[in-house]
Amino acid sequence: MSNDEYILEVKNLTKDFPGVRALDSVDFKVRRGEIHCLVGENGAGKSTLMNVVSGVLPRSEYEGVVVFKGKETNYRSTRDSEQDGLSIIHQELTLSPYLSIYENIFLGHMKTRFGIIDWDTCLKDSYPLLKRVGLREPPQTIVSKMSVGKQQLVEIARAISRNAELLIFDEPTSSLNDEESENLLNLIREFKKEGITCIMISHKLDEVLAVADSITILRDGLSVASYDLTKAPVSQQQIIKGMVGRELKNLFPKKEPDIGDVVFEVKGWTVHHPDYHDMKIVDDASFFVRKGEIISFCGPMGAGRTELMMSIFGNSYGYGASGEIHLHNKRVTFKNPKDAIEQGVGYVSEDRKSLGLILIQDVKTNITNSSLPKLSKRGILNKNLMRNKAEEYKESLQIKTPSLEQLVRNLSGGNQQKVVLSRSLLADPDIFIVDEPTRGIDVGAKYEIYSILNDMVKQGKSVIVVSSELAEAISMSDRIYVMNEGKIKGVLDRSEATQERIMHMALVD
Amino acid sequence: MPENANIEQISFLGLAKQNLRKLSMFIMLGLILLVFAVLTNGVNLTPRNITNIFIQNSYILILAVGMVLVIIIGNIDLSVGSVVAFSGALSAMLYNTGIGLIPTLLLSLLIGAAIGVFQGFWIAFVGIPAFITTLAGMLFFRGLTYIITNVSPISLRDDGFKKIASGSLNIPGFTIGSMDGLSIVVMVIAVVLLVFFTLRQRRKQISNGFSVLPLRYTILKVASLSALIIFVFLRFAAYRGIPTVGLVLFIVTAIFVFLTNNTVIGRYIYAVGGNAKSAKLSGINSEQVVFITHIIMGVLCGLSGVVFTAYMNSALPQAGNQFELDAIASCYIGGAAASGGIGTIIGAITGGLVMGVINNGMSLMNIGADWQYVVKASILLLAVFYDIWSRRKSGLG
Repeated sequence: MSNDEYILEVKNLTKDFPGVRALDSVDFKVRRGEIHCLVGENGAGKSTLMNVVSGVLPRSEYEGVVVFKGKETNYRSTRDSEQDGLSIIHQELTLSPYLSIYENIFLGHMKTRFGIIDWDTCLKDSYPLLKRVGLREPPQTIVSKMSVGKQQLVEIARAISRNAELLIFDEPTSSLNDEESENLLNLIREFKKEGITCIMISHKLDEVLAVADSITILRDGLSVASYDLTKAPVSQQQIIKGMVGRELKNLFPKKEPDIGDVVFEVKGWTVHHPDYHDMKIVDDASFFVRKGEIISFCGPMGAGRTELMMSIFGNSYGYGASGEIHLHNKRVTFKNPKDAIEQGVGYVSEDRKSLGLILIQDVKTNITNSSLPKLSKRGILNKNLMRNKAEEYKESLQIKTPSLEQLVRNLSGGNQQKVVLSRSLLADPDIFIVDEPTRGIDVGAKYEIYSILNDMVKQGKSVIVVSSELAEAISMSDRIYVMNEGKIKGVLDRSEATQERIMHMALVD
Repeated sequence: MPENANIEQISFLGLAKQNLRKLSMFIMLGLILLVFAVLTNGVNLTPRNITNIFIQNSYILILAVGMVLVIIIGNIDLSVGSVVAFSGALSAMLYNTGIGLIPTLLLSLLIGAAIGVFQGFWIAFVGIPAFITTLAGMLFFRGLTYIITNVSPISLRDDGFKKIASGSLNIPGFTIGSMDGLSIVVMVIAVVLLVFFTLRQRRKQISNGFSVLPLRYTILKVASLSALIIFVFLRFAAYRGIPTVGLVLFIVTAIFVFLTNNTVIGRYIYAVGGNAKSAKLSGINSEQVVFITHIIMGVLCGLSGVVFTAYMNSALPQAGNQFELDAIASCYIGGAAASGGIGTIIGAITGGLVMGVINNGMSLMNIGADWQYVVKASILLLAVFYDIWSRRKSGLG
């Protein structure tokens, strides 16, 4: 079954997660020695595909065949795939932060003599590797002291130290600046000359077109198109069309906008990475929202949308935030989330399990947690009022739970999301920020969540949605802010927004 | 009863099954009492001994009440033993100046609060893990105790102090039969209040349209609680009346049961312990909640110090040794979770009584401290094993 032309062949691959089919009979072929780019929207299945290929998901977890170097793979973990010459460089760096460069490079496969680590040899061997990846730092440097770009080079050095024949880069430039990105792309071209095959996942189409020999597009778990650029060129428009080209069905409730004056405005907001203080995660972002308006923030993962919102919401993210917040035409500051909530701003996190809910508590307690001062007198709770309020939201948001005493961990994703929404709504915010409100919940529950947001604006409140689903953003919002690389790249009106335009604005302009 | 009363239909077995986890520690306490009743030919259930169990364990139970709050919030306090010694020594010195019992007590609570502020500051606002801060506190306050006592016991100027631990509440001459009259009166009042408030709450829930259990189960619950009250108070009445320390314990328990269930700060403690990040994003000032919790622990250490000094009738430099371990074990036997967010005051008290009854029973059987340690350790492991196992089975863990 071996075909020498292809180093990697994926045939008829299907992978199910509970409730979601992440990959649906995907075919994917990579020729030996080429640079193959994998593109697709958030959630299209790119990372899942790479997790299957590299053994993060073991053989028993998927259906289909993966052939690497002419042999069907049976990896139990990435350790097996690395031994086979296949390495993946993750979007999130996986270095051990307090170890030095050369310790990190040889972590897990140290040079040993009689079972004792031979650090001298490790150190000696690290020099040529660092030279190859173009990192000019002494190998003894502690990696957490270096920039993310340099850390990534260490990660690459680590991969090639294991004689990798196939390198997979998962969004390698998402946290790099322009110069670092250019260097990285050059490095990938170097690897190609040396005969190493590279797969690159990327959201940045100009980069893709600059380096790719082949491009495969995934959409909703399907491999929709494959282009061989050595035979015929491909345009950005074609790729974008392939990425988003799904039909819009009637998935959204109708909204009749009744928009008033500006109630909330953020000017020149900048925030830095919590650990790397010189790295800007949000760069000079300004936006406003009007009474009765829904606005959305779109852009690829890592664009800085969540970070922007959390840092506005009482410094819940990052370091050294600066900028101005105006609420009802008055300059305000939010010291902490409590402050923000008291002044009428609510925030619902995208990560409902670890930042939104208290999983070991029941529905009633979770709903009331933000509003206890209002539900009490001189510090003593009015338990009947608490119960009535919880009951009221259970009814109006149609939370499906056997009782208010049910632990939220036992609810479905959609119902958990409604509990978080209830908690924020009970605190009665004027400005309601919801981060990925429909992530990981089914279509029916999505529709209900949209209706809740619509009801809010009908009552004269304002809603800010962070969404990675373009269709959702376009159908739900009055205006769409497009972000990438920490900057607001532009804003589109409901009437002029199309998925292609948003994608174009984020990735190209 | 209004017509729209929303009564849950449930069989006795179903109800028992639902509440087995909650009730398991009471069942364990009951079983242990019975086992020792057999082994000691009923000596452990005599009026004198029941009173002694309360007196001998009161200072640990007071600590367990504070410790369970600290554990719920996800921390631990290793310093309580040393703080008991320190505040106990200071209380003896204060008392010996002749300021009287009540001022001594209040000042001791204040000293405890100040220690709580000190430790809580490092934990909540500086961010030093509680384990480390209180490990330092354990050494620090033990050292200070040695310094202020010159490593020798401080005896008390008179017997007034002792009454906090070993005294009884009674009205001279007021007896019913051969029994103490006050105990009987309090017992009757307690049972009447229990019945009254249970029924009132049930009526309130029904009128609010909440679902309630059928009346027969409410009666069963009230009956068993009343039986417990009657049993304990009859024992008190047959000996010397209600021990003063029993009153102290009751007040502390009542305050903190109310605090955990019915106050904002109580619910905040559970929220921060359940998920600190989420609590913070819900608008809860987590640092402040952690700070307050450690102050409460400090105050209760101060109280425990006074009670222990009274119990020993002098302040010992070695007082409170390993109290932290008994207090922590009480909480875990009582169903608190090491990961935070879960635990109850009543659970901690019951856990403390389980340990106390074992200690007492084995002492009555003339079994030495060596075997007491082994048995206590086994009970701790078994109780927590059962807790984890049943939690996993019912999908809570």
